[in-house]
Amino acid sequence: MQDVADFAAMLTGARPQAMAALLRYFRDLDRAEDAFQEASLRAMRNWPEKGPPRDPVAWLVFVGRNAVVDGLRRQARQVALPAEETLSDLEDHETAVAARLDEADYRDDILRLMFICAHPELPPTQQVALALRIVSGLSVAEIAAAFLAKEKAVEQRITRAKRKVMDAAIPFEAPDAVERAQRLSAVAAMIYLIFNEGYSASGGDSHIRKGLCDEAIRLGRLVLRLYPSDPEIMGLLALMLLTHARMPARLDAHGEIVLLEEQDRSLWNRALIAEGLALVEKAARHRTAGTYQLQAAISALHASARTADETDWRGIALVYRRLEELQPSPVVRLNRAVAVFKADNAAQALELIEPLRDQLAGYFHFHGVHGALLKELGQHDAAREAFNRAIALARTPAEAQHIRQRLDELSEERARIAR
Amino acid sequence: MLYAVLCYHDEAEVDSWSAEQDAAVVAKRGAVAKERLRPEQMGPVLRLVPTSAATTIRSSGKGELVLDGPFAETKEQLLGLYVVECDTLDEAIELAREMKRGEGGAFEVRPLRVFRQGALPAEVEVG
Repeated sequence: MQDVADFAAMLTGARPQAMAALLRYFRDLDRAEDAFQEASLRAMRNWPEKGPPRDPVAWLVFVGRNAVVDGLRRQARQVALPAEETLSDLEDHETAVAARLDEADYRDDILRLMFICAHPELPPTQQVALALRIVSGLSVAEIAAAFLAKEKAVEQRITRAKRKVMDAAIPFEAPDAVERAQRLSAVAAMIYLIFNEGYSASGGDSHIRKGLCDEAIRLGRLVLRLYPSDPEIMGLLALMLLTHARMPARLDAHGEIVLLEEQDRSLWNRALIAEGLALVEKAARHRTAGTYQLQAAISALHASARTADETDWRGIALVYRRLEELQPSPVVRLNRAVAVFKADNAAQALELIEPLRDQLAGYFHFHGVHGALLKELGQHDAAREAFNRAIALARTPAEAQHIRQRLDELSEERARIAR
Repeated sequence: MLYAVLCYHDEAEVDSWSAEQDAAVVAKRGAVAKERLRPEQMGPVLRLVPTSAATTIRSSGKGELVLDGPFAETKEQLLGLYVVECDTLDEAIELAREMKRGEGGAFEVRPLRVFRQGALPAEVEVG
């Protein structure tokens, strides 16, 4: 006996492919949405009674298309099509639609649907809102709750985004290899935005935020199933899985963030880690490293250490160096320096971050790391100065507290030497 | 007689299950097995990670080819499986490639997310 939740999951699973097919048919986002919506309503009435169809995607496309075409004809006072309930040979129609779906190379249609939401002309917040609405099928209320925004604002955001992408008129022809790669890369970035929206816990309902991470992972798996040999998509999915695996250990009982090295690793999700590690290795076989793969490789090295002490910091430092070559940025350099420091080379780490002094002058972590390095190298006065700067820039009480402990250690050290 | 029960499902749908739905399915199946089987009748239980982590080895004119993605043909049928423990995916792929050498068909290498040994005798040869 299947219940409502099972049918809802069936609809969610079928949505990207069905929406992509409906969009190809109608060439209009709103009409495709109406068609899917109508088909879903009929599915929820029909399926519990008659049992779900063998091919839910084909059923939804067929029924949705007919519902909208029927509505249009009625408006034009033409003869209506028979309702799907009265069709005795729906199975045959389904098969025919399914065959056409295969022929039409639905992969590029789904990619196109997702690319619409990841269009470079859309600002990140509009991309995420549009993708959650169109591809994932979240309601405006659900998206508003995730963003801590008013429903009306989200509604407007989605409407504006739709208008912009419709104006951009993305062609329906199958893309060439270069265009396909560009679309994939934009879609990957959009999926990662959704993930980070869920992961960077800046308030809001934690359950909904976790849902966004799950959703991003679901979309990542979908894209990888469509394009199974793309190592950067493997890297993206691995990065999300390995990061999400640590979620259960990330907050303490008071909702404060627990640093990676202090997390209870027995809480990490082993199934997600197994999947993530396999993907990192699979991607590495292609020997074309990209930024998602390298970030995933760093997460993989953390995930493979049973205790914080067993962490392969030397390996992590090497991957950061590759990452910095591909994507130079002060924050990557800072993280690389931390890895070098943990791999027992404080002097080299200090050398790495010295040039960042101006760029990261307003960044809490820079001063925290700077202070820790100076302290390690015995430059206590300079260390104290750096820690004081860090405290002034701390965003949470936990961050400030962490630095205060370091300052206390410095004071104890001084007292010990004075004795 | 020993039997294998192989579970097939639409992955896009299973991906859309909530953790609670997933757990409910596992629990429901477990309850049936517990009710119908003595503990010593239950053999290994495996759960595979999603097919996006799969690699397939196929024969070509130039030897065994390693391809990304799951086995997805209908003209061959599932006839057997090995469960092996390897340090890396590469090791597992190379093992499978060597074992398969000189044969047609395809081998798929897929990580496991759940493995329970079960309580069957260590070795049972049937025919």
